[in-house]
Amino acid sequence: MKRRLLLLMPLAIFLLLLVFFYDGLKLDPSLVSSPLIGKPAPQFALTELYDPSVTISNADMKGEVWLLNVWASWCVSCRAEHPVLVDLARQRVVPVYGLNYKDQREDAIGWLKAFGNPYVSSLHDLDGRVGMDYGVYGVPETYVIDRQGIIRYKQIGPVTAKVLNENILPLVQQLKEERPS
Amino acid sequence: MKPRQKRMAFLALGLVGLAVITALVLNALRGNMVFFYSPSEALANITLVEHKFRLGGLVEDGSLVRESDGLTVRFIVTDLTKSIPVVYTGILPDLFREGQGVVAQGTLGLDGAFHADEVLAKHDETYMPPEVAEGLERAKSARGATSDQPGI
Amino acid sequence: MIPEIGHFALIMALVMAMVQGTIPLVGAATGVTPWMRLARPVAQGQFLFIVIAFVCLVYSFLMHDFSVLYVAMHSNSALPWYYRIAAVWGGHEGSMLLWMLMLSGWTFAVSMFSRNLPDEMVSRVISVLGLITIGFLLFVLLTSNPFTRLLPAAPDGQDLNPLLQDVGLILHPPLLYMGYVGFSVVFAFAIASLLGGRLDAAWARWSRPWTTTAWIFLTLGIALGSWWAYYELGWGGWWFWDSVENASFMPWLVGTALIHSLAVTEKRGVFRSWTVLLAILAFSLSLLGTFLVRSGVLTSVHAFATDPQRGLFVLGLLVVVVGSSLLLFALRAPRVKSEGSFAGASRETLLLVNNVLLVVAMATVLLGTLYPLLADALGFPKPSVGAPYFELLFVPLMTPLVFLIGLAPFARWKKADLPAMAVRLRWAFGCAVAVALLLPLVLGKWTPMIALGLLLASWVIVTIVYALVQRARRARELGTAPFAGTTRSYWGMQLAHFGIAIFIIGVTMVKGFEVERDLRMDTGDTFNVSGYDFRFDGVAEHSGPNYAAMRGRVQVLRDGREVVTMHPEKRVYSARGMPMTEAAIDTTLFRDLYVSLGEPVDNGAWSVRIYYKPFVSWIWGGCVLMALGGVLTVSDRRYRIAVKQRIKGESPAPAQPGAVALAAESHS
Repeated sequence: MKRRLLLLMPLAIFLLLLVFFYDGLKLDPSLVSSPLIGKPAPQFALTELYDPSVTISNADMKGEVWLLNVWASWCVSCRAEHPVLVDLARQRVVPVYGLNYKDQREDAIGWLKAFGNPYVSSLHDLDGRVGMDYGVYGVPETYVIDRQGIIRYKQIGPVTAKVLNENILPLVQQLKEERPS
Repeated sequence: MKPRQKRMAFLALGLVGLAVITALVLNALRGNMVFFYSPSEALANITLVEHKFRLGGLVEDGSLVRESDGLTVRFIVTDLTKSIPVVYTGILPDLFREGQGVVAQGTLGLDGAFHADEVLAKHDETYMPPEVAEGLERAKSARGATSDQPGI
Repeated sequence: MIPEIGHFALIMALVMAMVQGTIPLVGAATGVTPWMRLARPVAQGQFLFIVIAFVCLVYSFLMHDFSVLYVAMHSNSALPWYYRIAAVWGGHEGSMLLWMLMLSGWTFAVSMFSRNLPDEMVSRVISVLGLITIGFLLFVLLTSNPFTRLLPAAPDGQDLNPLLQDVGLILHPPLLYMGYVGFSVVFAFAIASLLGGRLDAAWARWSRPWTTTAWIFLTLGIALGSWWAYYELGWGGWWFWDSVENASFMPWLVGTALIHSLAVTEKRGVFRSWTVLLAILAFSLSLLGTFLVRSGVLTSVHAFATDPQRGLFVLGLLVVVVGSSLLLFALRAPRVKSEGSFAGASRETLLLVNNVLLVVAMATVLLGTLYPLLADALGFPKPSVGAPYFELLFVPLMTPLVFLIGLAPFARWKKADLPAMAVRLRWAFGCAVAVALLLPLVLGKWTPMIALGLLLASWVIVTIVYALVQRARRARELGTAPFAGTTRSYWGMQLAHFGIAIFIIGVTMVKGFEVERDLRMDTGDTFNVSGYDFRFDGVAEHSGPNYAAMRGRVQVLRDGREVVTMHPEKRVYSARGMPMTEAAIDTTLFRDLYVSLGEPVDNGAWSVRIYYKPFVSWIWGGCVLMALGGVLTVSDRRYRIAVKQRIKGESPAPAQPGAVALAAESHS
C-alpha cells in the first residue's frame, strides 16, 4: 500500500504543476488586460495620411462609436487581418480609423492602394508617440471606443473573423444602443 | 546487514540528502532572485536603494548620452509616469533603441541614478519583454492610485 | 497549389495516425494479429505524408511563394537559398512541422528496425507513437498551420530574423528536435511494456539503443545551440541558464540518468519501476519544454511570438500524454517487482546515486526555471532567477557525480569490495589531487574553483587510463590480445566519460582565466589582452546579400609577430532594418580570441569588446566526445547478436548475476 502511494507521487506532483501552468498561461502578454479599458482614449492630433494639411483629433469622433486599428505597411500580420477589415468597412456598421504606426507615408499609401482601404481616414504616427500613449505592444492592435471617447475593448494581434463576430461587433452593437448622455 | 536494516539505512541517507539539497536550494534561491520594477514602483520603494533589481520600461526619446570615454552611456528609463536615469558602462545590445523597451539590471544608487551592470533589449522587432509590458500597464493603472507598492 | 497539397498531406497524415493510434492497439489487446500487423505499413504511410507536407513547405520557401503567410513572415527574396531552407524552421509553424517530421521519422525508424520484436510489442509501441502524432498534428492543423495563404500575395517577405541567419541554426533545431522527439520512442516502449505487463530485461535491452541514439542527438543539439549563442549573440557567453536552454537541458539530465538505469535494469533486473518512470519523465520534459517555449509563459531571450490558444493546446496535450502515462504507471507499476538483490556497496548502489543526483539536478533546474511562474501564481512579486542560482547548485551536485564516474566502473555488480577499491584507486586519487594543487600554480592563478575543476577532470582521466591499463594487463595474464574482450559499449562509456572530463577542463579554464575588455579604440590604437596585442585598423563599409555592414579590421600580434587579422562586423539587415553584431573569432585548440564591435563613438573611434577565452572550444569538444561515445555504444555488437538470437526464436539470455568482473565491466 505504501509502495502504491509512492508510485502515485509523480502523478500528484504533475497535477500540482499543472495548476501553475494553467495560471501561467494567463500571464501571456497578449492577455494583459489593458488598464486603459474604461478610461478615456489618450488625446491625439495627427495629420491625415493622404493629406498632411488635415489634422485629426479625438474631438472629430465625439459622439460616435468607432474602431482604431493600429497598422503599418511593414507588418505582415496586418496583411493577414486586412481582408477582415475591408469586409467590415463594406458592411458600414462602424467607422474604422487607422493609426499608421512608424511608417513612411508613401509606403503606407502604396500598401492601401494594393490591398484596399477600409479606413474612414488614417492617422500618420511617424514617430510612434501616439502609439506609445495607447501602450501599443506590437502591430496590429485594435481598440473599440465609445461615444464618450472611452476605450471599451483592446485586441492585441490580428482581428480575425471570430474575434470580430464574437467580441467586437456585439460590443459595437451594444455601445450604439447606449444613449448618448 | 539485514534487508530491513538496509532499507532503513537507505531511507536515512535519503532523508539527509534531501535536507542538504533543500538547504542548498533555498540558500541559492534566496541569494539570487532578482525582482523586476518599473520606475514608478522603484521610486515608491525606498528599501530598494543599494539592492540589486531589474528596472524595466522604455528608453526616453533623446535621452541617450555617451560620455567622452566612449563606453559610459546615460539614458532615461520611463514608464510614462515616472523616470529614472540609468548609467551603464559597456557595449549596449544591438536592439537597444530610444523609444523601445529595455530591461536594466543593477542597483539604484543614493545619487538617484540606476547603475546598471547589464542591459537587455528586446530580442526581436516584434517582441517586447512581457515584464516591461506589464510594468507599463501597472504604471498606467497606478497613475490615479497612490498605494501601489509591491513588497519584496 | 503546392501549399494546398502540403495542407492536404497533413490531413491525410492525421487520418493515417488515427488508424495507427487505435487499430494496432486494439489488436494487441485482443490478440488479433492482422490488426497488429497493420501498425508498420500505416506508420510508414503516415511518414510519407508528413514528408510530402514538409517538402511542400521547403518548396514554397525556395520558390519565394509569398502568398503563403508563413513564408512571407520568415523569408525574403534576397535571402540565400540555404537560409531559406533553415527559415522553414525559423518560426513557430515551421518548427512544429519539423517536430512532426522528426516524430514520424522516429516512428518510421521503429517500423524498420523492429523486425525481430514480438508483434504485440511493436504494434503497441507504434500505436502509442501514433497517439502522440494525432495530438501534435491536431495542434499543427488547428492552431499553427504553416500553409495558411496570404492573398493577395505580399510583394516581398519580412525576412528571417538575422539572429537565425547562421549555419548553426540550420542544424541546431533539427538536432535538438531529433533528441527531444527521440525520447518519444523510449516513452512508447515504456508505455507499451506497462500495457503488456512485460517490464523485463528484454524491454530494457530494446530500449537502450533508442535511448542512447536520442541522447546523442540531444547532446549534439544542445552543444550546437550553446556554440551558436557563443558566436552569434555577441556576448561571448556559452550558457545563459535561459529558460529555453533549460527546457532542453532537463530532458538531457533525465536521459543521462535513464541510460544508466536501463543498464542496471537490463543486467540485474532491479530499479524497474524507476527506469519506467525515467522513460516517462524524459519525454514529459521534452513536452514541457515545447510547452514552455511555445506558450510564452516564461520570459526568455528566445521568446517566440506567443499565442495563448497555442499554449492552452500544448497544455492540454501535456495533460493527456503525461497525465495518462503517469496514471498508467501508478496503476501498473505496483505489479512490477524487482528480482535481484544487491548489497549497499555495489555498482547498483553507485548507479542509483548517479540517478538520484541527476534527477535532483533536473529538479533544481525545473524549480529555477518555473520559480517565476510559481511566485506569480502564489501572488508574490515575480522575480527572475539568475545564472548564479544554477551555478551555486550545480557545483555541489555535480562534484559527487563526477567522482562516481571514476569510481563506478571499478565496482562490481551485486557486491563491491570498497576497501579493495580504495586501495586500487589511491594512486589515481593521489595523482588527481597533485594535479589540482600544482597545475593552477603553474598557470599562475590558484582558486578553489579552478582546483576543484582540475581535480575532477584529472580524476576522471586518470581512472580511465588506469582502467584501460588494468584491462591490458589482465589480457596479458590470460594470454590474449590486449582489449580483445573489450566491447564497443565499454569504449563508448569510457569515451563519453572522457568527454565529460574535457568539458570540465573547458569550463574550468574559461571561468578561471577568461579576460573580457570593453574598450574605446581609435584607429591605430593597440591594447594588450592576455599577451596578445590587438591593433584596431578602423572600419570600412561592406555589403552582403541581404545586409549592409560596417566591417572592422583588427590585427592581432604576439611578441611582434602577426597572429591573425580579424574582421568583426556590425550589420544592418535591410528587410527588417535590424542591427546585428557579428563577432570575429579566432579559434585554436587552447584559446579563442573574440572581437566584436560596439558602436561608433566619434572620429572613427569605436567601442570594441575583446575577449580572451582559454580552452573554450573544449566545452563543445567534450560534448562531441560524449556523443561519439554514444555512437560507439549504439554500434556495439551485442545489439546485433541479440537480434540474431531472436531470429532463431530464442529469448535473449539474461546476464549471469555472478559473472566475473571483466565481463561485468565490459557490458556497462
